[in-house]
Amino acid sequence: MWPSKFDYVRAGSVDEALASAADGGKFLAGGHSLLPAMKLRLDAPEQLIDIGRIPELQSISANGGLTIGAAATHDAIATSADVQAMCGALASACGQVGDQGVRNFGTLGGNIAHADPASDPPTVLVAVGANVNIQGADGARSVGAEDFFLGLFETALDDGELITSVSVPDVSDHQSAYIKFPHPASRYAIVGVCVALKMDGAVCDHAHVAVGGATLRAVRCAGAEAALAGTTLDDAAVNAAAEAVKSDIAEDLIGDIAYPEAYRQQMAGVFLKRAIAAAQG
Amino acid sequence: MTTRIFGSGIKRREDPRLITGEARYTDDIKLPGVLHMAVVRSPYAHANIVSIDSSVAEAMDGVVAVYTSEDIGDGLAGLPTAWLIPDSDLKTPEHPALAKGKVRYVGDGVAIVLADDRYRAQDAADAVLVEYEELPAVIDPEEAAGEGAPLIHDDVEGNIAFTWAPFDEDASNAVFDAADVVVSERILQQRLLPTAMETRAAMAQYNPATQELTLWCTSQNPHIHRFIISAVTGLNENKVRVIAPEVGGGFGSKIPCYPDEALVSWASIKLGVPVKWTETRSENYLITIHGRDHVQHVEMAASNDGKILGVRSTVYAGMGGYLSTAAPGIPTILHGLLYVGPYTIDSVYCKSIGVMTNGAPTDAYRGAGRPEATFLLERMVDNVAREIGMDPVEVRRKNLIPAFENGYDVAAGLTYDSGDYPAAFEKALGMAGYGDFRRQQKSAKAEGRYLGIGVTAYTEMCGLGPSQVAGAVGFQGGLWESATLRVTPTGKVQALIGASPHGQGSETTLAQIIADELGFPVDDIEVIHGDTTETPMGWGTYGSRTTPVTGAALAQASRKLKDKARVLAAHLMEANEEDIEYADGSFSVKGSPDQAQSIQEVALMAHLAWNMPEGMDPGFEESQFYDPPNFVYPFGTHIAIVEVDAETGEIDLQRYIAVDDCGPQINPEIVAGQIHGGVVQGVAQALCEGVVYDENGQLLTGSMMDYCMPKADMFPNFELGETVTPSPHHPVGVKGVGETGTIASTPTVYNAVLDALAPLGVKQIDMPLTSAKVWGAIQDARS
Repeated sequence: MWPSKFDYVRAGSVDEALASAADGGKFLAGGHSLLPAMKLRLDAPEQLIDIGRIPELQSISANGGLTIGAAATHDAIATSADVQAMCGALASACGQVGDQGVRNFGTLGGNIAHADPASDPPTVLVAVGANVNIQGADGARSVGAEDFFLGLFETALDDGELITSVSVPDVSDHQSAYIKFPHPASRYAIVGVCVALKMDGAVCDHAHVAVGGATLRAVRCAGAEAALAGTTLDDAAVNAAAEAVKSDIAEDLIGDIAYPEAYRQQMAGVFLKRAIAAAQG
Repeated sequence: MTTRIFGSGIKRREDPRLITGEARYTDDIKLPGVLHMAVVRSPYAHANIVSIDSSVAEAMDGVVAVYTSEDIGDGLAGLPTAWLIPDSDLKTPEHPALAKGKVRYVGDGVAIVLADDRYRAQDAADAVLVEYEELPAVIDPEEAAGEGAPLIHDDVEGNIAFTWAPFDEDASNAVFDAADVVVSERILQQRLLPTAMETRAAMAQYNPATQELTLWCTSQNPHIHRFIISAVTGLNENKVRVIAPEVGGGFGSKIPCYPDEALVSWASIKLGVPVKWTETRSENYLITIHGRDHVQHVEMAASNDGKILGVRSTVYAGMGGYLSTAAPGIPTILHGLLYVGPYTIDSVYCKSIGVMTNGAPTDAYRGAGRPEATFLLERMVDNVAREIGMDPVEVRRKNLIPAFENGYDVAAGLTYDSGDYPAAFEKALGMAGYGDFRRQQKSAKAEGRYLGIGVTAYTEMCGLGPSQVAGAVGFQGGLWESATLRVTPTGKVQALIGASPHGQGSETTLAQIIADELGFPVDDIEVIHGDTTETPMGWGTYGSRTTPVTGAALAQASRKLKDKARVLAAHLMEANEEDIEYADGSFSVKGSPDQAQSIQEVALMAHLAWNMPEGMDPGFEESQFYDPPNFVYPFGTHIAIVEVDAETGEIDLQRYIAVDDCGPQINPEIVAGQIHGGVVQGVAQALCEGVVYDENGQLLTGSMMDYCMPKADMFPNFELGETVTPSPHHPVGVKGVGETGTIASTPTVYNAVLDALAPLGVKQIDMPLTSAKVWGAIQDARS
């Protein structure tokens, strides 16, 4: 409730933000992950660099794919017609983050920089193969979502680097869904599953599958994808994928006092089936 | 014919200020020159304090002082335990405001920092260096009472603070030995966090010139707080003023007097400036009392045809690191005396062992002892039904006490006031469509779906209570209430009450009682509470007692005023008193309806006193003390219908039917609100709430991220019904309704879930019934 003392600067541009970051501190966008941690004194940055009002970080543009500014809010993404059209699962996932008040403030960039394992958007970004665009003092780079999330609250970001945007491929020719089993206390994901299915008539040409919540980072599930590809998504194939996904995430499982690893692993299978049904529905 | 205000669901007058954020809570009160107190709290559940170094903290900007228990010395007496249950070998270990040499739970206060700013106070608190020698900790009450458990207080041998067993054990054993059927279960009544919306807060202002202390604090009972603060500070009680401003809920957690209230008082006396402390939510979860925490070994004896013959238990009740204000009374008097419930059970036995542990202190939490009794009773009735192959509804029907209007003695030693349990029971079953449901359940099962139903019949004792009984059971106070009804010359009413409502809507309800008795418009009646200097003495708002007890005092004060008004009206109209007729706030003379005096006119004339009858004093004000002759016993039947998703273990609460009888309802909307809130809290115990400490006594459910508060989308629309059985001993016949929902709903939903799981072979799951536990139980039963 009572954070330690910190300085506050508001950056007018990405360059200004990066210049301020040379003095240390943390970037503040929506503040919905950082500020609670500071109030509990789990984090005590000496400086907050507010990037929440930099116009170039807020835009959502569609040009063959989506470029979503790091400071675009969950609500802006969830309600964007472009996002809904090109990556419905991402709109759905952002619409399931927190409650409306959280979605009005919380941003995609802040969300992925925080890298909470139980958060919703990372699972979709990993499933569809999004890229995270990063700017630092030494220039810009782009990292695939799967390589961006390294572990619990751990990312590929270096000190002083800022996420500027996320590039999301157009998967409008896929059937996609993000399904979440919310933790009754926090409403974070006990398990969250994203699927994107490319159908060729009745046959699944290929499938994207990722799981979050149950894992210390969002995990792309190759075994489940292989079990679905080339099938008609009949019960046997779906059940095989539900089994495979448990192996896919076995190395990365996490649990808590109420929902242990083994339970979450089982639920990943259950919710994969439900996600496939939802994507086809 | 005018509409009676008694029985009318008028809107709560409290709500506009609460909803718009205009209400003024303790933390909203700003005093110039105030110092902020932060408390250095133990990170260990059990440890010796080796040393405390506050030199760095003291040198920090804005820090005025850092104090430890050594600095306080004998400036503060230990916090008292105020419910000294008799014949129980009760030990009351010292509870110092700051730990002396040893800490006994995570959050136990070690030092206080006083600074000019809340942030600086926290910075300095973090800079106080405390060296601890960690000791083994114990959380589970049964384990704490066992061999080899770490000793928490040197003067509480075996950690056993009391053993309460007032019933005849031999007689109970004889019943069990002779019974056809005995069922048993180990029931875990998990610890719960009361989670009032407003955390606790306290601000003290000592005036050295007048030697008076004013304490604003989050209290359900400011007069009890005054008494205790007077006792621990040594100030005379008439030099202490306790003000409970707006209080944002309590659920029992704002009954006790905590170290924090004593510490701000002491610091203000010491420094001569105001001192304020406002609890964070994290502190609230660590240090404000927890509820429940029983490990119960329960048995029920029955005949093969479903007659319940006896119930007996051994209860290990976790007290936490210290005995909180009312703690010993909760798992004993308010628990064991309820073991008959609404049934004709002739034999009860309860051995309740109060055990010190390294958890936060426990005390009264909504229902306080009675939910723990109702749960075990209802759980065991279902177990009996399953054991003998009888429908659980049939078992209940067979054992319900028949209707009675004026007194029914039960084996647990209570005399119930009135009840018609079968009427409420049948009404609820009718609303639920019980027979149809059993058919649906069968067809759903054929489709692989698991539906379940839980039915709870309950009664409970509330409206605490006759003071003579309070004395007999060791409660260190009375349980009467008092009220002053003061009418101004312009005919506006101030009702000053000693009780201290904090969200229940009593300002509305009590005004309705007065309006109904005296004929003043309800909007002309103010109910004033929460200030020991402004209001007459009272014992506080808890135990569903404010409407029954304060309401009775106000009804009787109203009647006194009305008697005076009748005599004065007759005098003013030069009529015989016998010829005066009263209707809707107006006195008229029989046969000449034109001649009338309104209650307002009479009030004015009483104030002017120009023309008073011989011997009548001026003024229009009456006071009334009311000591109830008995408790009141609301009752009813609750029914839940659930579906369990066997694939995930998730529980869908599909229907909730509650038929409650609290006598005549003064305001049905407020009654419904109390039932809704109570049901939600009780269902949450069954489904999601539960404190978890690790083996070192660290609180793992320290925030709402892990401690699962109920949420609106977990619930269907509640289907409420009522029956109306007045209390025979109460001036307006009402019974309390603040806790019935919590008391009835936990077993209702629990039994519904276990009913759904019965075909899968699941017989028992510890609460809360999280999906992971339900799923795990299904897997275990299948394997």
